[in-house]
Amino acid sequence: MNRFYTALAYILLALGGVVMVFPFVWMLLTSLKPFGELFNLEVWPRDPTLDNYREVLTRTDFPRWFLNSLGIAGITTATVLFFDSLVGYTLAKLRFPGKEIVFVLILSTLMVPTEMLVIPWYVMSVGYGWVDTYWGLLFPGLISAFGVFLMRQFFQSLPSELMDAGRIDGLSEFGVFWRVAFPLVRPGLAALGIFTFLGNWNAFLWPLVITQSPAMRTLPVGVALFSGEANTAWHLIMTASSLAVLPVLLVFLFFQKQIIEGVVLTGVKG
Amino acid sequence: MKPRFSLATREALWALAFLAIPLVFFLFIRIYPAFQALWLSLFEWNADPAKRHYVGLEHYSRMLTDATLGKALRNTVLYTVIGVPLQLALGLILALLLQSVTRLRDLFRAIYFTPYITPAVAVAWVFSWMLSPNFGIVNEVLGLLGIPAQKFLTSPAQALPTVTAIVVWQNLGFQVVLFLAGLESIPRTYYEAARIDGAGGWATFRHITLPLLNPVMVFSAVIATIGFLQLFTQVVNLNFTDQGGPVGSTLTLALYIYQLAFARFQLGYAAAVTVLLFGLILIITLVQLRILSRRVEY
Repeated sequence: MNRFYTALAYILLALGGVVMVFPFVWMLLTSLKPFGELFNLEVWPRDPTLDNYREVLTRTDFPRWFLNSLGIAGITTATVLFFDSLVGYTLAKLRFPGKEIVFVLILSTLMVPTEMLVIPWYVMSVGYGWVDTYWGLLFPGLISAFGVFLMRQFFQSLPSELMDAGRIDGLSEFGVFWRVAFPLVRPGLAALGIFTFLGNWNAFLWPLVITQSPAMRTLPVGVALFSGEANTAWHLIMTASSLAVLPVLLVFLFFQKQIIEGVVLTGVKG
Repeated sequence: MKPRFSLATREALWALAFLAIPLVFFLFIRIYPAFQALWLSLFEWNADPAKRHYVGLEHYSRMLTDATLGKALRNTVLYTVIGVPLQLALGLILALLLQSVTRLRDLFRAIYFTPYITPAVAVAWVFSWMLSPNFGIVNEVLGLLGIPAQKFLTSPAQALPTVTAIVVWQNLGFQVVLFLAGLESIPRTYYEAARIDGAGGWATFRHITLPLLNPVMVFSAVIATIGFLQLFTQVVNLNFTDQGGPVGSTLTLALYIYQLAFARFQLGYAAAVTVLLFGLILIITLVQLRILSRRVEY
């Protein structure tokens, strides 16, 4: 009976696994087919070709979109990690009047959906000339309220004696944060960093609103608008999708364990 | 040399220095815009500054008679009430299956998790290709099984469930990983005690596993609900030439807000609809937290 159940579990998991993997396989296979082979629905390309990749990479601003996304996600991750830790540390370890008010103020912003902020952000961007600029793409995500909450939890679990030791050694308050506390919350930083990077890499609504010229687009916006114009050229659409998915798959292949643990950690702490 | 400030003052000044930039950010980029949305909702706010004027609560009364808004609201609720339970149930089943196997567990977990981290835009385009009525691989496979071709995203009746299924497909791995972590944190001794007491598989699941998974359930349900209520990217990309279609059958509140604001430039009315979305998210989240977070003591 037990062995029967285990076998059944493996079969169900494998079937589910096929459902999870197949779309990626089909995407890659389609991207290797010339247009003429699209509609005969044979699984393997008869004449596998990289022409589609050449076409997408040269005909569109794809490399630029890739760099835009990399830059936006990279800068945002850096500022979020720094400022969220700084605020989390301050709220967890320093004593000052009005601490509870600051914490509630920051936490309350979590309840407001992005959709509600997008319109005022846009009105603001028009006023200051931020439309279609990198600053316009960047400014809404520079600090994250969720990250403040997460990092505060991590700093709270550090013993305060460590910080006192740093003070006795003559470090300034910033030195205590940066040299003593910050390096000790690495698991939290990894989890928050992964979340922030992925969230910004995949973000769609705000980049769609704030960008106008093709050169300013991020990867998701570029892929969406390119695919919309490509009409039924599914071989090119699947190539663009593959180019957007492959970097993520590669990163996931190497940091699989850290990424999944990060998700668990934010789920448990958050 | 005498210190200029007392220790307490010094610490407060450091705190102020650390918080200065983030506080400016939260006040001007998060809090002020939220109130500005409320304020904008009371105005007719077009791209042309000459045409902006105060209209009071007119937008809110317009919402009551806006049939498209009614449809968007109905769809958004449908997505949520189908999607969230489906995602939680499938996630739990897969997590239980994963927990019951020893070999290949990490591999399966990684496979199920992959869609969650891939860009939703790409996922949407891959599915609209696979589900294409005439040339899609899915209908081809159905044909081999003797099932007639389906219209999926091009049918007003099938489009919404299809979109929901795709979103669940993408979020499932996240759910599985969370549930698996929850399951593994339940102490073995509880199960052993239950076995000694003669409890069967179902009784153990019902009285030990489910109650102890409650915190993870609450967290997942809230996160999933907020996600479904804000559904946008998939809906836009799954039917790009007729966003929200066919005949409005997949339109969501978020997409309607986007269309009102950035295609028709009715920013004031769009802001009023965002206030509705905010209220909806707030109420549902609070209700869920109340219902689901009853503590279990052992």
